[in-house]
Amino acid sequence: MNWQLMWDSLPRMLGGMGLTLQLIGGSLALGAVVAFAVALLRLSGNRPVEWIAGAYVFVFRGTPLLVQIFLIYYGLGQFEFVRDSILWPVLREPMWCAILALTLNTGAYTSEVLRGAILSVPQGQIEAARACGMSRALAFRRIVLPVAVRQMLPAYGNEVILMVKASSLASTITLMEITGIARRMIAQTFAVFELFIVAGAIYLILNFVASRLIKYAEWRLTPYLRARA
Amino acid sequence: MKTIVATLALGALLAVTGTAGAKEWKTVRIASEGAYPPWNATDPSGKLIGFEVDLGNDLCKRMKVTCEFVAQDWDGIIPALQQGKYDAIMSGMTITGERKNVIDFSVPYGTEPSVFAVAAASPLAKSLNIGVDRSDLNNEAAAKPVIDKLAEALKGKSVGVQVSTIHIDFMEKHLSKVSMRSYDKMDNAGIDLASGRVDAILGDRSVVEAIVKAEPGKMVVVGPNIIGGVIGEGMGVGLRKADADLKKLFDTAIGEALKDGTVKKLSTQHFGYDITPN
Repeated sequence: MNWQLMWDSLPRMLGGMGLTLQLIGGSLALGAVVAFAVALLRLSGNRPVEWIAGAYVFVFRGTPLLVQIFLIYYGLGQFEFVRDSILWPVLREPMWCAILALTLNTGAYTSEVLRGAILSVPQGQIEAARACGMSRALAFRRIVLPVAVRQMLPAYGNEVILMVKASSLASTITLMEITGIARRMIAQTFAVFELFIVAGAIYLILNFVASRLIKYAEWRLTPYLRARA
Repeated sequence: MKTIVATLALGALLAVTGTAGAKEWKTVRIASEGAYPPWNATDPSGKLIGFEVDLGNDLCKRMKVTCEFVAQDWDGIIPALQQGKYDAIMSGMTITGERKNVIDFSVPYGTEPSVFAVAAASPLAKSLNIGVDRSDLNNEAAAKPVIDKLAEALKGKSVGVQVSTIHIDFMEKHLSKVSMRSYDKMDNAGIDLASGRVDAILGDRSVVEAIVKAEPGKMVVVGPNIIGGVIGEGMGVGLRKADADLKKLFDTAIGEALKDGTVKKLSTQHFGYDITPN
């Protein structure tokens, strides 16, 4: 073990933290929007719409994320009409390709988590809201969604942790985030063990923070479960 | 007659065990990337093929050992050698001072210059063409104006290179202001050049030419043939420092193969020209 090398590699490796956080933050935010839309579509009661949303979830949950990243980055770029389209300035950049792949992937998983949570809201609560004179939309906004979001948090925490780790796959399409920098440094020093341990430790810390944040959110959203002071 | 054959066979056997020394080499596992044609490539069935596979088999015959080729990703190829996953590397690996710090090399069995390739329609196809055919980095005074012109032409452009190669070293040392993207495989850099994500790629001449030929008319090889300096002293077999006996075996076998024209013959067959080191 070369402790000195591990210590010296830290500043350079942490230099990739910004990009890693951008990838995670960007794809989680966009993924949440996708997930919300898809979950609603799957519960819309319209058969064709439900089927299309279901097919999206099936495809993006059923194929490896690495394959999705390669398809979006190397695959789409092969087509002339994609390169000529207005989307090319976006798809040209590895950063946006990575965010797109991560977004579509997490969107599929999260939509299922959210759908399950919405379905788990007790029918009695919805009926009570309706009996108070709330419209369906108002009842959904005030009663169903807050309860569902609270219910989905533990499962969603899992998804956040998975995304922190999944961001490392962006290194396969030339992005120099933490794993990319680690691989680059290994190419120069051949110290596989030391440098991947440093990279692994950084992910561990990121996930520690992420799981704490989720825990805090759970605590904040369940005041009624806490003992009265 | 039978006894003569038997005696000869016994003699040969003794000779082999005699030279093999402390550790007897019966099988040698050789790693290759399989994505660097024509040096090495992978056929559709997943078998390793190419110049280095043919040469490796020839060398093993001379060393009287059995060869086993193993596919290994480029960016882990040196660490896995050190860990003993295989015994030798034949993967278009240039002998450089940096690599010599961690592993040993046989004498070189091939050499070639580095070149750029760009999209045929790109303005770089003209501006990188600076009217010099060959630039030797060892001759610093002569190389400097060439590099300045390259830097000028590549200003604000991006260059794709393969991770952990002499070409990255070249970019970092001589063209550090040009933005660089590193790829796990040279093939992928070629895909991104074809789709316009990078403006140029830099690599070993034969490999760059193979990429250019894969999509006729779209890309061109351009600029000087760069040799010497960080571009190194040719390709050799990478070996663990502890295996001095194996290095001796490879050195002798490569020496013979160079002398009797086997390397030249295989090189003409795979490259279309002679890559033997001078």
